[in-house]
Amino acid sequence: MKRALPILAVLAVLLAAIAIVNPFFLEPAGFLSFVRRAAPLVILAAGQYLVIVAGEFDLSVGSLVTVEVVVAARLIDGDEAATWAVLALLIVLGLFVGLVNGAVTTLLRVPSFITTLGMMLVLSGAVFLWTGGAPRGALSQAFRMFGRQTGWAVLILVVVAVAVVLLMRANFGRTLIAIGDNERAAALSGVRVTRVRIIAFALSGVSAAVAGILLGGFAGVSAQVGQGLEFQAITAVVLGGVVLGGGRGTVIAAMAGAFTLEALFTLLNLYGVSGALKFTVQGVVLIAAVAAGAIRLPFLDAPKLKGDAHAVS
Amino acid sequence: MSQNVLADSRARFAALVNPTSVVFLALAAVILVGWALVAVDGGQFLTMETVVGVQQRSAALGIVAVGQTLAILAGSLDLSVAYLISLASLVAAVTMAGQDSNIVLAVGAVMGVSALVGLVNGLMISKLRVHAFIATLGVSLIIKGILGDLYDGPAGRVPESFQHLGYDRLGPVPVSALLWAAVALVAWFLLRRTKYGYRVYAVGGDVEVARLSGIRTDRVIIITHVLCSLCAGIAGLLLASRLGAGAPTVGTDGGYDLESIAAVVLGGAALAGGRGGVAGTVGGVLLLAVLDSVFNQLEVNSFFKDVVRGVVIVVAVAVYARRTGLVGRRRT
Repeated sequence: MKRALPILAVLAVLLAAIAIVNPFFLEPAGFLSFVRRAAPLVILAAGQYLVIVAGEFDLSVGSLVTVEVVVAARLIDGDEAATWAVLALLIVLGLFVGLVNGAVTTLLRVPSFITTLGMMLVLSGAVFLWTGGAPRGALSQAFRMFGRQTGWAVLILVVVAVAVVLLMRANFGRTLIAIGDNERAAALSGVRVTRVRIIAFALSGVSAAVAGILLGGFAGVSAQVGQGLEFQAITAVVLGGVVLGGGRGTVIAAMAGAFTLEALFTLLNLYGVSGALKFTVQGVVLIAAVAAGAIRLPFLDAPKLKGDAHAVS
Repeated sequence: MSQNVLADSRARFAALVNPTSVVFLALAAVILVGWALVAVDGGQFLTMETVVGVQQRSAALGIVAVGQTLAILAGSLDLSVAYLISLASLVAAVTMAGQDSNIVLAVGAVMGVSALVGLVNGLMISKLRVHAFIATLGVSLIIKGILGDLYDGPAGRVPESFQHLGYDRLGPVPVSALLWAAVALVAWFLLRRTKYGYRVYAVGGDVEVARLSGIRTDRVIIITHVLCSLCAGIAGLLLASRLGAGAPTVGTDGGYDLESIAAVVLGGAALAGGRGGVAGTVGGVLLLAVLDSVFNQLEVNSFFKDVVRGVVIVVAVAVYARRTGLVGRRRT
């Protein structure tokens, strides 16, 4: 919790700044609609956290989100009755993609950067091969309800957040962090490293499925819906003070990082910063946050930070 | 101590022979299979057109990938190359503004901007200790924002004399491929024949050991990132000469950031650093280009190409992982 404090402070400042410009933000409706907008990224960040804290990357989540939305649209095709079956299928699809990522990374010993990069190419290629180049079909009203209605989106977010926090407090969470910190030590203490890592990837896949379901409702069907989300999720996690290479950082801080990123975007919009320049601000904030975190404890952090994330994978 | 590092680096040199020959064997196999498939399809694969096409298509990626090889060998990586390529193409075309007399100035400006970006990357990674992934991702976001703010579409104009770089060829060899070969040779020379090269392998193998052996690791990382960015700048010049103008999306449309990393890894380099070489990368880039060319001739759906490319990259790295695993086990 102590490590989550700086990011929570930054988040509080940003939220206050938004509230000053836009008083509507203080009303429940205004605030909750912000939470709804942030929900997909926060859920993705929670999934990405599980992978990053174990010393890996998941670059495939952006294209997985696109795949989820496009598959949902094609299968449902406006048919309300199909909604629930398709929802279940989407979760299974996310789980399956995550399992493949995890299995290839651990059993075939391919660095996760490459595994998930390959998965990104395969997923985006396969889904448009299937639909013939462009998204087809339409989502049902029942499906769009989850991302559109603030109550549902916030409820799903809360459920995911509570589940992942409980998970990190359970044995699984502790072994996951132990693996990211020192894989060999964890293995020698009896942790089933392979299995825990595969589960982390599988959960990241599920988080992408849930985020895809929310985004499909919120933003609708397009071929670009998940574009760049993998880097946004990693940015959010790192903003929360989680160290690439694994072993340190909390999931609360990672999710707070996602809220901070979304608050930053909201604030930039309010101040009328042009659409493009917001990337520049994002880049500066990202580097500044990580550099500030690294400088704080140069002696303690030095060997860990210099060690490369890929080395662990 | 320093000798140990050097001996270790030499051992790694020997070990890397395997993946390099593997990638060229795979290249030969793909050419053979491609030739057979196209022949069955009733076409001609090894025509002048395809040979030139493969070289043309791979030159820009090849140049970027050579720079990326240096970064990856040093245990780093560079995600900012795609946006830097766009930036370089714009700086080149806007500075030239269609005038022959501005070419030297424009090339100088592109090299200056690229070196500066590389310097920033290197300083952040070595001095501020920001993870390479984050530092270069941050820089690419910064460049993306600036480009998006200043340019809506293509800008500037490249004089016709500069377009020779993109379109001329000497016999079957395009000038752009010669440029790629020159860049690759320089990188090969740096890595194999200079102290800097040994230091890159040492730093990539283990930063701490390299530092304790008296290598100024920060300096090696900074120089490596400057060189990597210069390669991206050269690729930007090449693309500007081909387009006849600068374009803010030319780098990202080509996917040069992740694609160049994939090519390097396909060439047998370890993503963790310290193992690999320029020859493997050249093989990796050619392999991707030949695959592309075969698919084009067979008129395969472009989405299917992505699927195959993803599978090929992962399978190749899985094969290399198996191989190095065996060597490692034997050693202990």
